[in-house]
Amino acid sequence: MGLIEGRFEDNFITTKADWLINSARACSIWPMTFGLACCAIEMIHAYGAPQMDFDRFGVIPRATPRQSDLMIVAGTLTKKMAPVLRKVYDQMPEPRWVIAMGSCACTGNIYNTYSVVQGVDQIVPVDVFVPGCPPRPESLFYATIKLQEKIIAGRYIRKPLPVGEASL
Amino acid sequence: MEPDKLIEAIKAKFPDEVVGEGSHVGQYWAVIKRDKVAEICRFLKEDPDTKMDYLIDITAVDYQPRTPRFEVVYIMHSMKHVHRVRLKVLLSEDDPVVPSVTGVWRTADWLERETYDLMGIKFDGHPDLCRILLPDDWEGHPLRKDYPIEGPEWKFVPLP
Repeated sequence: MGLIEGRFEDNFITTKADWLINSARACSIWPMTFGLACCAIEMIHAYGAPQMDFDRFGVIPRATPRQSDLMIVAGTLTKKMAPVLRKVYDQMPEPRWVIAMGSCACTGNIYNTYSVVQGVDQIVPVDVFVPGCPPRPESLFYATIKLQEKIIAGRYIRKPLPVGEASL
Repeated sequence: MEPDKLIEAIKAKFPDEVVGEGSHVGQYWAVIKRDKVAEICRFLKEDPDTKMDYLIDITAVDYQPRTPRFEVVYIMHSMKHVHRVRLKVLLSEDDPVVPSVTGVWRTADWLERETYDLMGIKFDGHPDLCRILLPDDWEGHPLRKDYPIEGPEWKFVPLP
């Protein structure tokens, strides 16, 4: 401290409302942990282990969908579990995002069988797919950073861009 | 008791019920007729020389296209004598019914439900023979050899 203390007069800052809102959203992504299989262990490791420390991204795991912005689907989704996943997703307040963590959540992986859903994008819209069996914690961080970039590039207050034009 | 002596004990008590026997790497089994499964299991559990107080597993094997097609396998263990034995029952495709042993071991309840769920073997006398792993509205028994490995076409149905 000391660098900025007492240096400025009474002042105001101009910014873009979208940028302000999006930055606030991107820097406080609270995920709902939908741990289904072994990927859940890797996800918990990414949250909690001191070497990893997911909190520095503003990612604080919540135990309930009502308080969360992001659902990390970590693990093999069975057909019996699929309606529950959809129900939990529907309980999350908007705006909401989904990360499919691991090959099983992305595509079903080797489990091309009668009981496994071949990719959670059949059930909920997915923003970021993270391959790996399981992915390294760095992969999950990378997915979170990509999601932050996506959130910051979003247009909520401004009119949407015409079709075909790139966003920010 | 040595495992081959266990087979001898079953044969001595139920000479008409044992129709075959065998062993592989020291693991012995007896093939028995269907009707007295529960009696034989009760004998094995309560006889002081065998004392099979722990039912490890009930499972089934599909030997399609062999006849009889199915084989139900009971694996049991004795905590007191530290020996184990397997019983096998051959079942035909038309009539895959075997008496329940829930009256002998309580743990047979869920094991028989699992066997029914995945293999379609019916257990006569089971208190509540319904699916245990798959959803209740599932059709078919997936571990049968004629079940498609990727399952039938699936449609997502949300919860009400």
